[in-house]
Amino acid sequence: MISQVFILSSKGDHLIYKDFRGEAGSDVVSIFYEKVTALTGDQPPVVMVTPHKREQHSHKDLHFVHVRQGGLYWVATTTANSSPFTVIEFLNRLTALIKDYCGSLSEKSVQMNFALIYELLDEVVDYGYVQTTSSDVLKNFIQTEAVSSRPFSLFDLSNIGLFGAETQQSKVAPSSAATRPIQSSREQGGKSEIFVDVIERMSVVIGSNGVLMKADVEGEIRVKCYMPSCSEMRIGLNEEFSIGKSQLRGYGAAVRVDECSFHQAVRLDEFDSHRILRLSPSQGEQTVMQYQLSDDLPSAPPFRLFPTIERDSGGRLLMYMKLRCDLPPKRSLNVDCCCYCGFSLSQELSSPDQSAELRPQSRAVVWQIPRFPGGTQLSALFKLEVPGLSSASMLEVGPVGLSFELPKITATGLQIRFLRLTPVQPSPSQRWVRYVTHSDSYTIRI
Amino acid sequence: MPFFLPNFLLYFSSSPAFLFPISLYPQPFPSLPHCPSLPLSLLFPIFSFFLLFVCPLYTHTHTHTHSFFLPLFLCLRAMSQGVDVSGLFSEMVKACATVDIVQKKLVYVFLCSYASLNPELSLLVINTLRKDCQDPNPMVRSLALRNMTNLRLPSLVEYVEQPLTAGLRDRAACVRRVAVLGFAKLHNLQTNSEIDAAVVNELYSLLRDPDPVVMVNCLRALEEILKEEGGVAINKPITHHLLNRLKECDVWGQCEVLRILQRYRPQSEDELFDILSLLDASLVSPHPPVMAATLSLFLSLCSGLPAVSLAALERVRGPLLAACGSMSREMRFTALCHIQLLLRSVPGLMGVHYKRFFCGYAEPAYIKQRKMQVLVELVNDENVAMLLDELRGYCTDVNTDTAQSAISAIGHIGRSYSDRCLEILTGLLGLKQEHITSAVVQTMRDLVWVCPQCSDTVCLALEGCEESLQDSQGRQALLWLLGVYGERVSCAPYTLEVFIDGVRSETSLGVKMELLTATMRLFLCRPAETQDMLGRLLHYCIEEETDMCVRDQALLYYRLLHCGIEETRKVLHGRRSDPSLGVLIGRPAEPISQWACSFNTLEPLRQGTIETESASRGSPEHVTFDPKPNTDLSDTLNYSHIEKVHSGSDSTTQRTDSSADILASNITVPLSLSLSPALSPEEFEHLWLQQQALHAEQDPEKMKEEEDYTYMEERIHCPAIPHCSPQNLQAAMQLVNIQTLAFTPPHTLPWRVYLYTHTQRTSSADMTHSTLILGELLYTGEEATGDGLSGRELSGKDGEEEGVKVTLKQQPRDDKALKGFLSILTTVLHTLSSDRA
Repeated sequence: MISQVFILSSKGDHLIYKDFRGEAGSDVVSIFYEKVTALTGDQPPVVMVTPHKREQHSHKDLHFVHVRQGGLYWVATTTANSSPFTVIEFLNRLTALIKDYCGSLSEKSVQMNFALIYELLDEVVDYGYVQTTSSDVLKNFIQTEAVSSRPFSLFDLSNIGLFGAETQQSKVAPSSAATRPIQSSREQGGKSEIFVDVIERMSVVIGSNGVLMKADVEGEIRVKCYMPSCSEMRIGLNEEFSIGKSQLRGYGAAVRVDECSFHQAVRLDEFDSHRILRLSPSQGEQTVMQYQLSDDLPSAPPFRLFPTIERDSGGRLLMYMKLRCDLPPKRSLNVDCCCYCGFSLSQELSSPDQSAELRPQSRAVVWQIPRFPGGTQLSALFKLEVPGLSSASMLEVGPVGLSFELPKITATGLQIRFLRLTPVQPSPSQRWVRYVTHSDSYTIRI
Repeated sequence: MPFFLPNFLLYFSSSPAFLFPISLYPQPFPSLPHCPSLPLSLLFPIFSFFLLFVCPLYTHTHTHTHSFFLPLFLCLRAMSQGVDVSGLFSEMVKACATVDIVQKKLVYVFLCSYASLNPELSLLVINTLRKDCQDPNPMVRSLALRNMTNLRLPSLVEYVEQPLTAGLRDRAACVRRVAVLGFAKLHNLQTNSEIDAAVVNELYSLLRDPDPVVMVNCLRALEEILKEEGGVAINKPITHHLLNRLKECDVWGQCEVLRILQRYRPQSEDELFDILSLLDASLVSPHPPVMAATLSLFLSLCSGLPAVSLAALERVRGPLLAACGSMSREMRFTALCHIQLLLRSVPGLMGVHYKRFFCGYAEPAYIKQRKMQVLVELVNDENVAMLLDELRGYCTDVNTDTAQSAISAIGHIGRSYSDRCLEILTGLLGLKQEHITSAVVQTMRDLVWVCPQCSDTVCLALEGCEESLQDSQGRQALLWLLGVYGERVSCAPYTLEVFIDGVRSETSLGVKMELLTATMRLFLCRPAETQDMLGRLLHYCIEEETDMCVRDQALLYYRLLHCGIEETRKVLHGRRSDPSLGVLIGRPAEPISQWACSFNTLEPLRQGTIETESASRGSPEHVTFDPKPNTDLSDTLNYSHIEKVHSGSDSTTQRTDSSADILASNITVPLSLSLSPALSPEEFEHLWLQQQALHAEQDPEKMKEEEDYTYMEERIHCPAIPHCSPQNLQAAMQLVNIQTLAFTPPHTLPWRVYLYTHTQRTSSADMTHSTLILGELLYTGEEATGDGLSGRELSGKDGEEEGVKVTLKQQPRDDKALKGFLSILTTVLHTLSSDRA
């Protein structure tokens, strides 16, 4: 049961405030902000309590449950016995809905679309009880149109030639293509498109001896649908796809995951025989399938680091880092390499477009590599002035964390064979498939 | 007009958004001549601005051809930013009579926010709302109905009831949904009014509504309306109806239904298992809320079937782990907190998956800390090397909180794997980082308190670390260690001297108190080196110190020294360690019922914050146990036995020791109990079984006497004892120096506790008898009392009386000591028992 919902900017500006049950005043908003900002360090715990000052005689404590997304605080107030899973899932779902309807999540888009958000909140929650969050149902009720926050740009016109003819049958959609409000498809003749994202997050720990200590992949297939009417969609996965340890299929290299779960709406009658997911996508974004794989990656981890750390005669710490990328060539990546250590720095990098800087407050050297071609090796030499360098200081160096995004690659090898829409759409529809692997946490110990 | 401009620009420059509807959308600007009735004081300048500057930019035509839209928009923006715009209420009342739904919705948002300030004007809205309830468009009907009830004005109730009742029978499901909840709102508006039985019946019948949301809303409304009677009636037909329709509901509906079903008690085991198998699919649901609600229901249904509950926990492991890796970090955190709950009952549940709890480097500190708490629980012989390696990596984390909790996590693991952990901790001291050293010293103190065998390594490591200690917590820990193990740290007097020289500029109260105690303790073992500085310290504290606590403490010590060195030693030499914690490391698995009620509530998420608060503390003596039973009991004991003058010391140990002394001295035989030498569980088992074998050969009699050992059975009447929590019992026993070794969980039958102690009795001037007593408390419940247990009933009642059977074995034999011990034990049990009642 949710008593109030409000959205705050990171600076504490009130963006949205909606009271569902009239149990507490709007002053709780500022109480919440005081509490959140009073805590030092990283983000505070998700839940806080306040014995409500004004209504001390009322027996209920107010609990704030908040979620941070898009740089905003999404807060719900509730009572102690409500389920945290439900409230947090609701807030997440609310942010997803607002993202679907407004195109993107930011302070600006929330500010501009607040009328739409009030309308959404009104339909989604009644008297503190979640009524529905399905965009199929909501689309009948929501009338306000989204205001897109994307500034007008000449680049948007680049695809349109003279007299509105399309210059190129583009094979690629910009990554921003999927960040538009879902409703624009209805009236403005927006393209009927469907985006399927296979997103994997890797968390890897490589020990100081180069041994892979931990490798987890968590993946999901997300469908974002801009089609007003789409009765059924069939997503074909690799035939060799297998779940669990024992079961192997096909002859080729199996694509294996440990555990796999599907969205409620997915029909799995063809999954066992042909690895086909059938579903009727509703407008907006939904996660169709989630899977995870631990410890047994089909390929080697994409990056290896060969560090050498020593002290030179001048009392400086020398860090010589060789970073190798084991991906197939012709892939060029943007990698941030972040090494925890301290103090001032001089550097030698192998290419001028790379950069390295020392961030004193996080005590880290950040080495930015804008283009890292696959199959190559880069090296860097950092010299650190460490006051009072001792052998113990060497212990403090490391670990190295890499953050990167590998486009067109999935760590598990999961691929989408085909994407079929039935009935065949009358208007030309576009289907986009995208594969991305993120580094959730890629740590190399030194 | 021009002088308005700068102000206005300033005010809105932070939100340029209001320009966008114009510039981005090829929509018309509402032509201003259509704004006849707008004396909106606040918005007037804005309009003027539009007129002057913005309108010329407009070329297209607007689809919302009503005049109110833009001012409405701006007014609501101001409202949600916290500006009071209640002055516009009467204008808004007019504005709500429109056919445009978007405008209607916005006006209603406004009206509902300010209705309570303008109850009279709100009456005017009711007409429009009631008219809307007749609208052919179901969306308009539901909107009107919802907002009618959202106005929250008791004066309007009479106008609302009729449309609501009509709404219950509406053709459109969306209207019925609103109407059902509307009754809950009405009821809460006038809580003292009578419950309308007709409405309740109607709501019960709507549980069969074809729309699942209406059904769930009925449940919610009935819960609220019938709150006094304990909520909606959950009987067998309703339960089965709800379960059958569970699949139709969405996630939110399912959670609600599952939550309400927790009240249901199946009539037969068959029915129970039917329900369980029906719910099995939702137990592994990919949606964490459904999974959690189902598990909650499982646990409440199977509260009498621990095996089934355990199986459910096993089953839920996969989905919980998946939630731990969820994209949303808040969800991750929630899942982690709940995993901690599960681990309390099934410590091995996540053992294989320990790597899933390794911290990602970009994760926020609060998740990292929870993950470390989980990792500590998962440690075993196979993964300890890997785990410690990982934890060592976190010790140098940039975030000091994370680093400190990593260090204390290593300390916890050190209770089982002390060598490896001490190696890491000593290595960390070499870094000379302030916060790391402080955390390490505190961790070492806590570790030594539990595992005295670590003290050698710790004493060696302490040398020289005072230089990099700045915070008071760390220095307090160091002082405690120096005081207790001063004779083994060669530089201890010098370190203390530095502290004493700086005592004038010392700001922390805790450090001063600890310094006093440490210097006193060091004086007892190294008087020559310490005497001078102790004198200076006491002089300063008594003569110059302004804080009363410090001064009193110093005075107490000063007078104590006057009483002689032996007296001082008796008071100051408290226990150096608490072996009981060491013995009970493998915390007994708690029964699921202990936490089942807090599962899937906000409770588990809060605990962490409390733990971290209590983590900052002084000496370990003060916090070894839950302080409440500790002080309570010693108070009651003191109360009944106060003879000696108790000088105002605040240390729990001292009070503990003296109360034990008092207790012991009050018994006819001068008897004292002690815990050392400690007995390991294996030794205990060995001795117990050995004597049992001896005993079995003899004829089972009440009293069995051998040359070197005695066997004795007693029955003590204290019915509440078996329901007492193990912690309380253990704490109480500790107070009188009885060590408890093993427990069965409370509420299980037969309930047993094993304990031991050493007695020391001065029978004559220079001779002391010391014996070892092993004991078992057994409570078998009513059915076992009659049969063959030939215990002598202490209470003198017959077999129906509930009693705890006490079996004592003593070696060597000393009847008086045994009797004395028994009377102490009886007192403790009675005290605890009355405490419970």
